Amino acid sequence: MKRDSLFEVVRTGLAIGLALLIGFIVTVLVSKSPLEAFKYFLTGPFTSTRRLGAFIEAAVPLTFTGLAVSLVFSAGQFNIGAEGQFFIGAVAATFAGIRLDLPPFIHALVALIFGAVAGSVAGFVPGYLKSRWNASELVSSLMLNYVFLKLGMYVITYHLRDINVGALVSLPLKETSWLPQFLPPTRLHAGIVVLVLCVIFCHWFLFRTGWGYEIRMTGLNLNFARYSGIPVTSVILYSQVLSGAVAGLGGAVEMLGIYRRFQWLASPGYGFDGVIIAILARNNPLLVPVGAIFLAYLRVGADVMAMYSDVTSEMVSVIQAVIILLVTAQAFLSGYRHRLVLREVKRHESAS
Amino acid sequence: MKVLLEAVFSPTFAASILRVTTPILFATLGAVVADLAGVVNIALEGMMLVSAFTGVAVSAFTGSAWIGLICGVAVASALGLLLGYFHLKLRTNIILAGIALNLLATEGTVFLLYIVAHDKGVSSSLASKVIPDWQIPIIKDIPVLGAMVGKQNALTYLSLLAVGVVYLFLYKTPLGLRLRAVGENPDAADSVGISVHKVQFIALAISGALAGMGGAHLSMGYVSWFSRNMTSGRGFIALAAEALGRRHPVGGFIASLFFGLADALSNYMQSLRVPGEFVQMIPYLLTLFALAVYSGRQMKTRRSFK
Repeated sequence: MKRDSLFEVVRTGLAIGLALLIGFIVTVLVSKSPLEAFKYFLTGPFTSTRRLGAFIEAAVPLTFTGLAVSLVFSAGQFNIGAEGQFFIGAVAATFAGIRLDLPPFIHALVALIFGAVAGSVAGFVPGYLKSRWNASELVSSLMLNYVFLKLGMYVITYHLRDINVGALVSLPLKETSWLPQFLPPTRLHAGIVVLVLCVIFCHWFLFRTGWGYEIRMTGLNLNFARYSGIPVTSVILYSQVLSGAVAGLGGAVEMLGIYRRFQWLASPGYGFDGVIIAILARNNPLLVPVGAIFLAYLRVGADVMAMYSDVTSEMVSVIQAVIILLVTAQAFLSGYRHRLVLREVKRHESAS
Repeated sequence: MKVLLEAVFSPTFAASILRVTTPILFATLGAVVADLAGVVNIALEGMMLVSAFTGVAVSAFTGSAWIGLICGVAVASALGLLLGYFHLKLRTNIILAGIALNLLATEGTVFLLYIVAHDKGVSSSLASKVIPDWQIPIIKDIPVLGAMVGKQNALTYLSLLAVGVVYLFLYKTPLGLRLRAVGENPDAADSVGISVHKVQFIALAISGALAGMGGAHLSMGYVSWFSRNMTSGRGFIALAAEALGRRHPVGGFIASLFFGLADALSNYMQSLRVPGEFVQMIPYLLTLFALAVYSGRQMKTRRSFK
């Protein structure tokens, strides 16, 4: 077990190193001063308190979607609907934040619950279609991402829009629904507490409860799980509902913590980032924040680089793609793994 | 309502269905070829996008839309080989590899767009070329039919032709037979001396090339520019159309027409007072509905066999 996790650490580290190297080569190809640009990329997140804050802030929504994707991937379900669930969760929280009238703390709590419920409904649809009719959750969740984006924009445009503002934004959220911010000039907010609780809950659920065990067994081998009496159809359903709730909660936290009005015109893309994070974290909830912080670091670094050099922030997509490809490539470094196993066997032999 | 009905039953509406079906149809054929070989190509979306971009960029620099098309198709096909390399040689899960390539294509094209056009949104500053419209000599003079299919983009005709070509390839050639054998049972195919990996590489390359044709139509036929993420899910819709069309080129063609209809309808309904968001949802909701119905039917058949 120890050898396996050491191997995974080495492999992930090497994949990240190779990805950064390829990112650097791309930078050299397009930039007039590549060294400087890459320096901004790597050190950018640490150059000011504001940026350090932005870097941690950015990790919050990423952790939520990373957790959501980890849950469904653990069950072997390729539901990549976290994108739409996150978005509709934010819209639902906006609705609650504008339309409801409640005392301070309770208002925020209710708005968060609105987000989680909206997200779980969004997760329910592909889960139900899969468990009932065996419809590919991959295709249906991809379709639903577009549906929920449009539905969310409809609610904002036709029911919550502030017509006194030129841009397409919602009415301001009531102050009672805000998650308090601390440590200015950063925008760190109380949502981080919700996040920590959520990480702990997901880990407990996945590794300490019977339901979590059923999810992991279904993910490892669906047929084996079915033959050993695990109700796989309901596992397929509740893993996706729970995952949707986590993603929706993330959308709500992001909205109430960072923004004062709903102002997205397109989906912010955290859902697919969640896939990268789940892969880096090997679907382990406790490792998800680490993966999220790493991705947030790349993102903020890329933004700083785009600001001060001639390289645009999209360069980082090359790095992300290489990381996914190499980390999930089972044959990557398998020779090295083989040698590790061999060495251990020989040591045991000579000892006995 | 009357306006809508009149519009829907006009020959120009039928022509517009064929136009919006073209990219979906190419991608659906790509999905069929890959899936029959046992390799799910979820990177169709990214391949279309990369080809759409390459086509515009190359045609702007060479002044020839056809060279742009060829380069776009070649790059998309190369992306198919890359997907094959990671899946077959490095044993990456093909769905995750597909997601990675889609992410790379979505942002990578914006990255390159900024380099060649100094704009992160559209390529309108590039003098890119378009694939011309073709007229069919006799058919174009027949009253109704002429307005429907007499004058269309060259790629639209090619997409219809591709349905037949892909059908003949899959069902009437030795390589097509081998491809289906590999998808049906790779071990059995291997035991009779078929190189499974080689066939799957070829399938992914063809799949990428077909998706590339669809992508090129978007930026050089449907409109005359490249804009970020302009495929907007057509590659994924193609996956649904392929499932709906029972993994068959002709079935896929009919399913693509169905999605083209939904797409064209949503363009028309925008002129009525329906909120645009709902109209834009139609193709995706229909896809979802069709997927559920199809999967349900398939499951019933499987049960009745038991």
